[in-house]
Amino acid sequence: MNTPREQRKWSRWPRLAAAFFALAFIAAACGNDDDDQTGSAGDGASQVEQPATAEDGTGDTPEATQAPPSSDEEEEEEEETASVEESTSEPIRVGSLLDETGPLNIYGTPMVDATRLAIADINAKGGVLGRQLELVALDSKSDQNEYITGADRLVAEDLAVVHAGITSASREAIRPTFGEAELLYFYNVLYEGGVCDRNTFVTGVVPTQQLQVLIPWAIENIGPRLYILAADYNYGQISADWVRHYAAEHGGEIVGEDFFPLDVAEFGTTISAVQSAAPDAVMSLLVGGAHMSFYSQYAAAGVNESIPVVSTTFGLGNEQVALDPVSAENIIVAYPYFQELDTPQNRAFVAAWTAEYGDDYPYITDLAVYVWEGWHMWADAVNAAGTLDRDSVIAQLESGVSFDSPKGIVTLDGGSHHLVQPVSLARTNDSGGFDVFETYDNIPPSFEQESCDLIANPNINEQFTPN
Amino acid sequence: MALDRLFNLGFDLFSGISILLLVSIGLAVIFGMRGIINLAHGEFIMLGAFATLSGVRSGLNVWLAMLVAAVAVGIFGLVLERLLIRRLYGRLFDTMLATWGVSLILVQVVDNHYGSVTEGIRVPVGSFTVGEFSMSAYNLILMGAAAALTVGTFTVMRKTRYGLLARAATQSPTMAQELGVNTSLINMWTFGLGSALAGAAGALLAPLVGVIPTMGHTYVARSFMTVIVGGPSFIAGTVSASGLLGLVENVATNRFTPVIGQAMLLIAAIVILRFMPQGLTGRRDTR
Repeated sequence: MNTPREQRKWSRWPRLAAAFFALAFIAAACGNDDDDQTGSAGDGASQVEQPATAEDGTGDTPEATQAPPSSDEEEEEEEETASVEESTSEPIRVGSLLDETGPLNIYGTPMVDATRLAIADINAKGGVLGRQLELVALDSKSDQNEYITGADRLVAEDLAVVHAGITSASREAIRPTFGEAELLYFYNVLYEGGVCDRNTFVTGVVPTQQLQVLIPWAIENIGPRLYILAADYNYGQISADWVRHYAAEHGGEIVGEDFFPLDVAEFGTTISAVQSAAPDAVMSLLVGGAHMSFYSQYAAAGVNESIPVVSTTFGLGNEQVALDPVSAENIIVAYPYFQELDTPQNRAFVAAWTAEYGDDYPYITDLAVYVWEGWHMWADAVNAAGTLDRDSVIAQLESGVSFDSPKGIVTLDGGSHHLVQPVSLARTNDSGGFDVFETYDNIPPSFEQESCDLIANPNINEQFTPN
Repeated sequence: MALDRLFNLGFDLFSGISILLLVSIGLAVIFGMRGIINLAHGEFIMLGAFATLSGVRSGLNVWLAMLVAAVAVGIFGLVLERLLIRRLYGRLFDTMLATWGVSLILVQVVDNHYGSVTEGIRVPVGSFTVGEFSMSAYNLILMGAAAALTVGTFTVMRKTRYGLLARAATQSPTMAQELGVNTSLINMWTFGLGSALAGAAGALLAPLVGVIPTMGHTYVARSFMTVIVGGPSFIAGTVSASGLLGLVENVATNRFTPVIGQAMLLIAAIVILRFMPQGLTGRRDTR
């Protein structure tokens, strides 16, 4: 009896192994709520990043010895806080929750890299309140559920600040959690605008900032007739509203408008519709990997030579790298940051970045620099406030702090918790990058400033939308 | 309606249908012949696209790179069949789990190797103009390739010894085995053929889409819909389903909006399957 049964068992195991293999991966991909209790200790090694700079090689750069000009003050503050905080030598724990894997990692990868670089830079320059930062970085795996469980985990970690979220959906899933836990929250992404919440600071640019520069330029230099192509969710819809608003204000005309679900990758019919409407320019608010196909197909049909594309989204996912230069020809974009910006600050930043991640890094995205600004502005504010106390740090940030970013000076608008920042116009070039041709300084987040004043009304907590 | 507009409408329609046919035919072979729900189908397409990119970058002619890519994905399919799939024939849900696992592994492996963005390739041919419309000449090549691959698959299945044995191994595996057919080997070739067709689809689409590790997600759902709507006679079914669904989507997108086009595609699939649960080529009186 034993032998046949044994045999049957043996013939079965490869199937079981295969099924187990598959299940293991599914579990890994979908995440597991039980992780909260059992998993975290086990995965700890991969998720908690020790500040490397203090001990090892990266710290012995000249930066480490370059004491900040205000080091005397800081030392005083350090002593003050020593009595308040438990011990000055213990690292300050800070959190990050971004999509490092999955479809959204076209945005997430540069942001994760920027997070590591920013923390290392802050630590190399003496840390915060004289203490090193210790990063607790979670990967949300492009999965909304991972954000919800991840936010709960970060709240339980006793952190000083969290920088998290990429899509607006993810932000709205985690923002209330951090608000309730009174855990200071930074959202470092370009988004549709309007968030007004005392606990939340946004370093990303909003549509009004890009469009108040791009639309008048396009109408004046290309022509007044615009055809809008937009992603069919809140970012695309709200941005399209703003395009209409600024076009009307500057004598433009919207001759066509189409919205696309995020998984649409075929644009043949649309490209014909654009040709029928014969606009002067196409205004693209397309988002994500599938929508990238629009540009290839538009160029394959040869339309890009006669009707240029202007966009506030092209390049966020490194579209100019992923598309061949011919497909990406004749596209004009407006962003605060371009890797090509020719300023001393940016040259130093790019040098530090490539020293860490290699010369062959595809492109430092606009998103990466919001992350860089978010971490530094928080660190500066804590150092200036002399305490990690949330209300003091918020008060410090609301006092109108500025930061000398790779893209120029950015200033936090205290009332709206958004940044006044420079916006540059650039055209795609034939080497997978952009040629910047005009920079406008101090562009305000006008809609947020009008609708949101958290200094006067600290209890507002909503996202305003136009109309 | 002006003649150029009419031509342009037809051009868009046949482009849409060709793409649907291209991304579905490999799945149709694997699902139709072996009953395997290959959830890694989208990733096979993605592999074909990346292999083409690598080929072009290493100096191959773009058409040769596409051919090499299709063959490479076919070989990958053969290996995968030997290692994993052949142990799971006839077990629908297990194959779904296993191939889903494979798809996740493939996305991450490609992501680790190439990074989340990688340089694309240019469309190898230019554009042409009819009246006031400028159109992509490459789409004509896509239409030709879709037709050639479909006719080729049909010929292989109908006219070759392998095709005969493959159909025998599907319809009556025990009888085929008794008559001395090595069904296991035949099944391996069938899976390899389906994989190579998916790889060819990815290779052909590579110049027209953003080639990123997650691009398979875009195609897997619509290719499944096409194959299921097509029904048991998988080549004729896939062709007719591509034609019908492509027509519905194109007309709705053209007449209304892309959102309605997507919705109409799904509604058409649901309605067809409600009244023809076996698909377009299913016979009502079977069973």
